[in-house]
Amino acid sequence: MPRIWKLGHNVNTDVIIPGRYNVTTDRASLAKHCLCEARPDFPVGVRPGDVVVGGDNFGCGSSREHAPVALQATGLGCVVARSFARIFYRNSINIGLPILICPELWEQAREGEAIEVDLASGQIRLPEQGLEFAVRPLPPFALAILKAGGIVNLVKERGDLDVAVG
Amino acid sequence: MGTLAEEIFSRKVGRPVEAGELVVAPLDLVMSHDTTTPLAVEAFQQLRERVWDPDRIAIVLDHIMPPASIPTAALHQITRKFVKEQGIANFFQEGVCHQVIVEKGLAWPGALIIGGDSHTCTYGAVGAFATGMGSTDVGLAYATGKAWFRVPETIRVEVNGRLPKGSYAKDVILAIVRALGVEGGNYRAIEFAGETIMAMPVGDRMTLSNMAVEFGAKAGLIEADATTLAYLGPRGRAKLAPLAPANPRYEQVVELNVGELGPLVACPPDVGNVKPVEAVEGMPLDEVFIGTCTNGRLEDIAVAARLLAGKRVATHTRTIVIPASFEIYLAALEAGYVRTLMEAGAMVGNPGCGPCIGRHQGTLCAGERALTTMNRNFTGRMGDPTSEIFIASPAVAAVSAIEGRIADPRRYL
Ligand code: SF4
Repeated sequence: MPRIWKLGHNVNTDVIIPGRYNVTTDRASLAKHCLCEARPDFPVGVRPGDVVVGGDNFGCGSSREHAPVALQATGLGCVVARSFARIFYRNSINIGLPILICPELWEQAREGEAIEVDLASGQIRLPEQGLEFAVRPLPPFALAILKAGGIVNLVKERGDLDVAVG
Repeated sequence: MGTLAEEIFSRKVGRPVEAGELVVAPLDLVMSHDTTTPLAVEAFQQLRERVWDPDRIAIVLDHIMPPASIPTAALHQITRKFVKEQGIANFFQEGVCHQVIVEKGLAWPGALIIGGDSHTCTYGAVGAFATGMGSTDVGLAYATGKAWFRVPETIRVEVNGRLPKGSYAKDVILAIVRALGVEGGNYRAIEFAGETIMAMPVGDRMTLSNMAVEFGAKAGLIEADATTLAYLGPRGRAKLAPLAPANPRYEQVVELNVGELGPLVACPPDVGNVKPVEAVEGMPLDEVFIGTCTNGRLEDIAVAARLLAGKRVATHTRTIVIPASFEIYLAALEAGYVRTLMEAGAMVGNPGCGPCIGRHQGTLCAGERALTTMNRNFTGRMGDPTSEIFIASPAVAAVSAIEGRIADPRRYL
């Protein structure tokens, strides 16, 4: 079962992918250095489907798209935070990184515990504590982008942006 | 009907829309610059061979202009190749992107614009809904002429009162950031209004809209009045109508009276750490920089020239003045400001972003401290992570240059 990586407030894009590793578009290299200074255990320990749980204003700072790309490249299943910085939120949807806003989860979540997230319904469960949270699910267009593996692919499939998203 | 943001989106999509709705809207302009164009081109090339409309894309070389290194020259090379191949009409090498776009009349009341730069919100000063986006969005927009938006809720900020001598638009926006907090406008559109703001020229209004993103906002809009239309008329936009909110519902209304507002300084490590100038007066400075899309306009250079006339800048402080565009530079030359500033010992640089992103023309080393008129003071933005950035008005900057330490302009009035 996916596990939680718990982070704090105001995790900025420089923390997610430090500037000196942000000189490439190579996904493997971005994944290797994702959160490498704040949480050196993350890039080596993260397993496919795991969930990052963040506090307020997750992804603030520069508009670099490399930050969500790096998280996605680690195989992460989802990021759930109390709130997100706007451009990070948007960039994540565009590249197809699942992202949910849940104001209550952060307080309750424990580092390393199991978590289940149902993106389509917005159900989040912490089975070890027997807790459940209902959040607003991703809008249908965002789910379609996720399924296609990013908005560029979706537009490619469907021909134009309003057909893809509208 | 609705807030300025709802009004603009309703017109663009051809039906009434409200805050919270998701829309795909046709764009009037897509802007990108030398550091964001190359990545956006990668996204674009996955989709199309030709751009949607070469006349509605604007590309500006300004961030590291002229290039300071081989890799930055290569970024320009990729950008120029794209411009040439696609026949992009609006290609500029004459100053900071946001200044140039507004000067060229490429933003107007009701226009919908996205840019590969977070300070694209500057164009809200002339009534455009303009916002910064990442490279995928910009690449998609090159290809399709469209972008998706969630129509934002609006916070109205009403500013009244007559600004005291020694205080300026920069102090007003720092007071607003202090009042709302650095996250206070997240996902929202801001409407700047009230008698203080409506009395400002377009240049000062741009200082406000520019910094809307510093408290998280998507856009910083100001309704288009006679001042806006008089500014844009000679810039190829003669037939424009005013644009105002109609029966708007605001999420929040914040009122501010600036009748007694003194000069403010945003201290490290973020723009929300605002203090009155008295609290930091006397701190020694290694660099003073007047310029950028926030405060590199003629009004700003005029204030600095007036304060520096007949004086000398401190010997051990670098003082750099960078007009935001060629137009401003030429006007400053004609008005004699450039001579005044240079005679005072300030360096007057070529239009562009200059040291704002810490890559050239005034980069800070370990332990250095700068006072600048820019918009961001994040750790390391101007160079070494241990350097410090203080943000203030051009007046605070000019008198601080004279003293070599942070100073209060009211002592010079
Ligand atoms: S002047 Fe500074 S803030 Fe403005 S566009 Fe250039 S780098 Fe960005």
